[in-house]
Amino acid sequence: MAHVPAELLYTKSHEWVQFTGETTARVGITDFAQNSLGDIVFVNLPAEGDGVTAGEAACDVESVKAVADIVSPVTGTVTAANNDLESAPEKLNESPYEAWIFEVSDISDREELLDAAAYEAFCATEEA
Amino acid sequence: MKLLFEKSVPGRGMDILPPLDVPDCPLEAGLAREKALRLPQMAEGDLCRHYRALEKRAHGVCDGFYPLGSCTMKYNPKIDEQMAALDGFTGVHPLQDAKDAQGCLEVYARAEASLKEITGMDAVTFQPAAGAHGEFLGLLLIKAYHHDRGDLARTKILVPDAAHGTNPASATMAGFEVVSVPSTANGRVDVEALRALAGADTAGLMLTNPNTLGIFDENILEITKVVHEAGGLCYYDGANLNAVMGIARPGDMGFDVVHLNLHKTFATPHGGGGPGSGAVGVKALLRDFLPDGQVVGEAGNYRFERPKKSVGRVKEFYGNFGVVVKALCYMLSLGAEGVPEAATGAVLNANYLMHALVEGGYEAAVPGICMHEFVLTLEKLKHETGVSALDVAKAMIDRGIHPPTMYFPLIVHEALMLEPTETESRETLDECAKAMLDILKEAHTAPETLHACPVTTPIGRPDEVKAARNPVLKYEF
Repeated sequence: MAHVPAELLYTKSHEWVQFTGETTARVGITDFAQNSLGDIVFVNLPAEGDGVTAGEAACDVESVKAVADIVSPVTGTVTAANNDLESAPEKLNESPYEAWIFEVSDISDREELLDAAAYEAFCATEEA
Repeated sequence: MKLLFEKSVPGRGMDILPPLDVPDCPLEAGLAREKALRLPQMAEGDLCRHYRALEKRAHGVCDGFYPLGSCTMKYNPKIDEQMAALDGFTGVHPLQDAKDAQGCLEVYARAEASLKEITGMDAVTFQPAAGAHGEFLGLLLIKAYHHDRGDLARTKILVPDAAHGTNPASATMAGFEVVSVPSTANGRVDVEALRALAGADTAGLMLTNPNTLGIFDENILEITKVVHEAGGLCYYDGANLNAVMGIARPGDMGFDVVHLNLHKTFATPHGGGGPGSGAVGVKALLRDFLPDGQVVGEAGNYRFERPKKSVGRVKEFYGNFGVVVKALCYMLSLGAEGVPEAATGAVLNANYLMHALVEGGYEAAVPGICMHEFVLTLEKLKHETGVSALDVAKAMIDRGIHPPTMYFPLIVHEALMLEPTETESRETLDECAKAMLDILKEAHTAPETLHACPVTTPIGRPDEVKAARNPVLKYEF
């Protein structure tokens, strides 16, 4: 069973989001996502200053199996990207909840987000 | 295995040149290399053994079954090779005047006539070197068409989520924005979603039919109508034409532009075995935008022509000519009866193999009848036994079968995609089914042996993660 920290919020496309302030947040991919993708070998990060839109692809990650879009859970402006992932994409597999991908500020909109319990239930239906 | 450069011995060679009996004529300063070129130095016999050793480590359609889905690895008749090797074809120079190369131009003219008939298109170019190259050209033609009408607002290409990965890549390269169209649960294009997405910003739709799940989309006329009514054009990815050639035509389905993989459908060697040809067919409305080098005229008086509003060349000269010779030879050998027979044979073989596998316990991604290929999902097997699609594919290698396409299309989890093609016998299909069912049994009894496959090959499991994270692409002297 995939690990789902109680304090985060989740999307149905398997991103996690942590609101760090009223209009700021950190985004990454879930344990379920990294497990389905397999070994991640490349992360195509967004650039600082990029606008992202809730429900639309913000960047992508590549595993040995496939390239997958990372869908932004919120609408806003990218203020930071986790550049460590460029040289060490395996961190997304090793510790998906520590290896954040990008931070957003000036959040004006958000996707319908799930809490940990609802996300866990959603993952169970995905696996069935 | 050592590389040629590692086997090289200074001074060894395979030629004895006669002594120089004319005055030495050195190159002007600045034109000559400063250092001699580093080339391997070896005897002919050792060189021959090197390549034979490499050949023995490879697996081609002449070695065994090759059910690589979406790639149409059918047997390539040797007569096609013989025709392409004729002196008149190999000795011609691309800069030769058209009047001195009438035979070659006739090959283009006759291949074009046949492919127009098979696809229901009005003109064909042979410039692109392979399928994705054809897609790229097709999209440039669509763009040129809209721009020529003064319509600059059409910036989006609709691509179903089951599409070949090259489709969104080609559309992006051609400067379009890609919009993904969802599939329904039974693997068809979601027509209502398509209707909602198509609009004044739609340049076109890219679709392969049958699709990557091996399913013929019965809503195809409705799909192309929706796009046309929105003012877009329809692009047919011909990668899966083998299922329908001579039976259903992209032109009749409502498509405006189509690329063909001559190297897949029309039986020329590919996949490391030779160059490709991504011929592109168009309806009359796109004819004027085709690349330079269209063959026009009649027998004895063929010539090359640049269409009026040509998008320019996408490859030097006239594409991969030898491939066109082979494809024409293939079409002429099969004839009007043989071409559709090949398609029905491909569909029959795929259904025969799928049936045997599903009866034996494998799960089809989409139940029911398939076209020329089918997709299995091993998600349940992986849950129950830990044996993945990758493990099954690797185990097939030990049984002398080239693995199927894995983890594609992306909308199917733990996917294995098999395309047996029409050139395989019932016995070969039975052997494959038996091998795969044995593997299935082993997955439940001894999964750890499958994790270790293949054990019969010179290389076991390459470290794909390391190769992707730290690729070494250059040989350092």
